[in-house]
Amino acid sequence: MTTSEAVFQTDRATLARRLKMILPAHCLLIEEEDLRPYECDGLTAYRELPAAVCLPETEAQVIDVLRTCHQLGVPVVARGAGTGLSGGATPHAEGVVLSLARFNRILRVDREARLAVVQPGVRNLAVSEAAAPHGLYYAPDPSSQIACTLGGNVAENSGGVHCLKYGLTVHNVLRVRVVSIEGEIFEIGSAAPDTPGYDLLALFIGSEGLLGVVTEVTVKLVPKPELAQVAMASFDDVAKAGDAVASIIAAGIIPAGLEMMDKPATAAVEPFVKAGYDLEAEAILLCESDGTPEEVAEEIARVTEVLTAAGARDIRVSQSEAERLRFWAGRKAAFPAVGRITPDYYCMDGTIPRKRLAEMLAAIAAMEKRYALRCANVFHAGDGNLHPLIMYDASQPGEWERAEAFGAEILELSVALGGSITGEHGVGIEKINQMCVQYATPELEAFHRIKAAFDEAGLLNPGKAVPSLHRCAEYGRMHVHRGELKFPELERF
Amino acid sequence: MTLDDIIGAVRAAHDNGAPLRIRGAGSKDFYGGMLAGDPLDVSGHRGVVAYEPTELYVTARCGTLLAEVEVALAEKGQMLAFEPPRFAGATVGGCVAAGLSGPRRQQAGAVRDFVLGIKLVDGTGQMLDFGGQVMKNVAGYDVSRFIAGSLGTLGVIAEATLKVLPRPVAEATLEFACDEAEAIRRLNDWGARPLPISASFWHEGRLWVRLSGAGAAVEAACRKMGGTVAVDAEKWWNSVREQEHACFAGATLWRLALPSTAGPLGIDGLRAVEWGGGLRWYGDEAGAEVIRAAAVAAGGHAVLYRAPESLRCLEGAFAPLPPALLALHRRLKKTFDPKGILNPGRLYAEF
Repeated sequence: MTTSEAVFQTDRATLARRLKMILPAHCLLIEEEDLRPYECDGLTAYRELPAAVCLPETEAQVIDVLRTCHQLGVPVVARGAGTGLSGGATPHAEGVVLSLARFNRILRVDREARLAVVQPGVRNLAVSEAAAPHGLYYAPDPSSQIACTLGGNVAENSGGVHCLKYGLTVHNVLRVRVVSIEGEIFEIGSAAPDTPGYDLLALFIGSEGLLGVVTEVTVKLVPKPELAQVAMASFDDVAKAGDAVASIIAAGIIPAGLEMMDKPATAAVEPFVKAGYDLEAEAILLCESDGTPEEVAEEIARVTEVLTAAGARDIRVSQSEAERLRFWAGRKAAFPAVGRITPDYYCMDGTIPRKRLAEMLAAIAAMEKRYALRCANVFHAGDGNLHPLIMYDASQPGEWERAEAFGAEILELSVALGGSITGEHGVGIEKINQMCVQYATPELEAFHRIKAAFDEAGLLNPGKAVPSLHRCAEYGRMHVHRGELKFPELERF
Repeated sequence: MTLDDIIGAVRAAHDNGAPLRIRGAGSKDFYGGMLAGDPLDVSGHRGVVAYEPTELYVTARCGTLLAEVEVALAEKGQMLAFEPPRFAGATVGGCVAAGLSGPRRQQAGAVRDFVLGIKLVDGTGQMLDFGGQVMKNVAGYDVSRFIAGSLGTLGVIAEATLKVLPRPVAEATLEFACDEAEAIRRLNDWGARPLPISASFWHEGRLWVRLSGAGAAVEAACRKMGGTVAVDAEKWWNSVREQEHACFAGATLWRLALPSTAGPLGIDGLRAVEWGGGLRWYGDEAGAEVIRAAAVAAGGHAVLYRAPESLRCLEGAFAPLPPALLALHRRLKKTFDPKGILNPGRLYAEF
């Protein structure tokens, strides 16, 4: 199983008959026209029609669906809102899509304990909205937060623009209730600071639906800061902007958010949001400070000092909440804004050491020429997570293939620079080949063994996240060890 | 012992089916299940491999003294924010393997929250390299964090990359007189408000709360919270971190991890309350059965943290796992250590 891709052959009639025995009619879709809306997630370039879509309403039904699929040897792909960008919820042609969309209740918000217990189909933003009357919120805020669900966030270990200070999903989830492919229930984590035994929560979060299906999530809530302010700085050189990021960290400041956009990105968003970005600048930095008014004033003063010393050509500090939101609007709307200036775009998610940013951007500029495609860059600068948006036109023959190759090259360069192929979007099917570059055979084998410890038959989300060794052999690219290029004497950029 | 020696020793043990007991400084020999196997001294594989203050990480070999790492970090105004106990010569490998965090855990997070990458020698002598040096990395399962707290049962941690943070600009400690119930109530109430509380400690009718952050934030919080400002607080918090404070004395010590809002358990032997109410220390007055049951009833678990050998052998350190979870643990153990040669019984007697 670990060496080659598993092959499944599902008897659709039997599957449908068995599923009808355990699910009411309104919880089961098997007609092609009903399946169509589920054929892809946020990675629309990949599409597949599943054999069936199950929309259970109770945990007992989830258990029944999983047991049935286990008995019949049918693949299961769990799905939240389907906003994922790496194809984690792309259906399996021989499998069932298990949608948790109807698990959409917030079960409990506890002010005193600062936690919320929610079902996996609850939207990320809905948790913060429910916590708001208590002066609390849920910190991880992926850009898709109005739509994406907590179950999906757990599967992908989602981030957002405030990770540097507040952490990823793995730092903010206290407990998950999980159903295994065999229908067994596991309680992982708790409201206590730790649990006996291995840290299964760390293993489970970010496991992309390969280890189990989440039916309940307990999240940590944090007090809402009294005030947040943003300093916006523009630079006439991306390297200077990159150095400014390092200088802020070196000054002992961990901002609530630290984001960068390059010139093509600001050019794309400014007409859309009118945030007042400096369109002459090669890069702009957004640095957010939050806390008590005293704390924010102190931090913003220090940040301004550092940015000035780093050679910012202009610095503006938001003077009102409306202005702060306007500064952010462009960053948050970067993807749709780029979507307005190009028929299609392909969003990458590499992570690099911050100090290699200028190198990476120079390499991307060279790739733009080579692949004859434009690219705008938005960057979670604080934690080194780069989102190049490669613009292409799917209706033009060959453009998608060029975009895909362009993206693959960026990811592989991320690894070569000492980073990772994915910071927060997950591997899914999109980056499955690049996993062969990120990891060598022994680690991939270890991943497969871990998978088998949870799901021996390999039915949960097969073909995603961890490539078979056979696939890596076919892909034919070598694992690059942490920044150690094979011919370091050769100039790459 | 070099890394090659370690790999060689593990391979030999794997071939012979001879258990190994992994040892750094041995500063936490008291912790966990009974020690078994031939000692594998990894303290010689030492040294800071990389420290990049502006990238916020430090990479160190397993035998590196925590104290040495912390000196290097302090020179750049940074710290290991989870404040692991250093005890006598504790090492980086032991710190990650034991997964013990100190007073700042309530604000900053636990050891696992700061693990970015791990190089591991598994139970077959295979070198594995998980995670890396960047803050965000969701490629593959997050094995590095999973290894934290596994007490050497999944592999020999050869090298770890840890996220570091700047030291707070200002700190102050406030002291209050109150009973346990009142302390727990206050800590949870403060916790739900935007106050920069970085540590808390209650012992015999007195509550200490440490504030850390921007100077203005600490000053403002002092005004809002009241109490009296404690002097020489840094030294005092260090005694809590190193468990040199008198409340940690005694042959037997129980560590209870509970939801912070759990009220007083009503059992004898309470020594101290930490982590905003989430961590409570007990002596053995109530007895193992009562203590374990009280912890479970409150939604948490009890660890027999330190005990005479007879009790440790009888009771086991950690709360028993439900059968399905125990079976999963065994399968995971097997994926990393098929012959069960690494620290057998250190976590659970069953594996």
